[in-house]
Amino acid sequence: MTPDATDHMDLVFKALADPSRRLLLDRLFAAEGQTLGALADGLAMTRQAVSQHLALLEAANLVATVKRGREKLHYLNAVPIHEAHARWIAKFERPRLDALAALKQHLEGDPE
Amino acid sequence: MTKHTYVYVTYIVSTPEKVWEALTDPQVSVIYWERETVSDWEVGSAWELRRPGHGVDVVGEVLESDPPRRLAMTWVRPAGHAGVDMACRAAFDIEDAGGKVKLTVTHTDLSDDNLKGVSGGWPAVLSNLKTLLETGGTIPDPFSAR
Repeated sequence: MTPDATDHMDLVFKALADPSRRLLLDRLFAAEGQTLGALADGLAMTRQAVSQHLALLEAANLVATVKRGREKLHYLNAVPIHEAHARWIAKFERPRLDALAALKQHLEGDPE
Repeated sequence: MTKHTYVYVTYIVSTPEKVWEALTDPQVSVIYWERETVSDWEVGSAWELRRPGHGVDVVGEVLESDPPRRLAMTWVRPAGHAGVDMACRAAFDIEDAGGKVKLTVTHTDLSDDNLKGVSGGWPAVLSNLKTLLETGGTIPDPFSAR
């Protein structure tokens, strides 16, 4: 990878290394195009904390924003996650591991 | 049925002209997408996404064409296609971001089923486009990890 791409991967993994930020990504996965207010609603975080987390996620390009009038809508951007997966996960995978994961999911009753 | 919007952003070390060419030249798109993007790219013209050896995946109309900044089109399944129905729109915004290009793909009016297909597809397509423009090569078997 180029140095630029390595720096970007650092930002992606740092952004993902925080449970609050992963929660925000889960919320964007569940419903795309949310405002800061909607994302902060019902969370045990101040709006300011949510705003700071979103800024880090945006810097890592994990969140894309679109301005609509005075509102800023947030979208989960799966491109860097795909790149991290292709570079750091897929190459270590074997079909057997997929089978084991399926078995584990089945035994643990994970509905996913 | 709920209609979804999806937004994908990737930063590519390239020029807006090269990104535009990669999106609109079938000889380039087939390299990173395994599909040819075919049109004269005039507003109102038809466009097609052709998969060599497998027919046409998507057809539509060019809604906006402002080279090398913005391209928007409708996405519809051709008659008789076995895939999930779609009647959506996609827009590509290409912005100079100081030595890099910010490419934003906005896909709107997606059904629940379209969302699954699109969210599996765009990240692979855009990653491979980025790799092609930055290195001249492509990711081996880019669409296998879906």
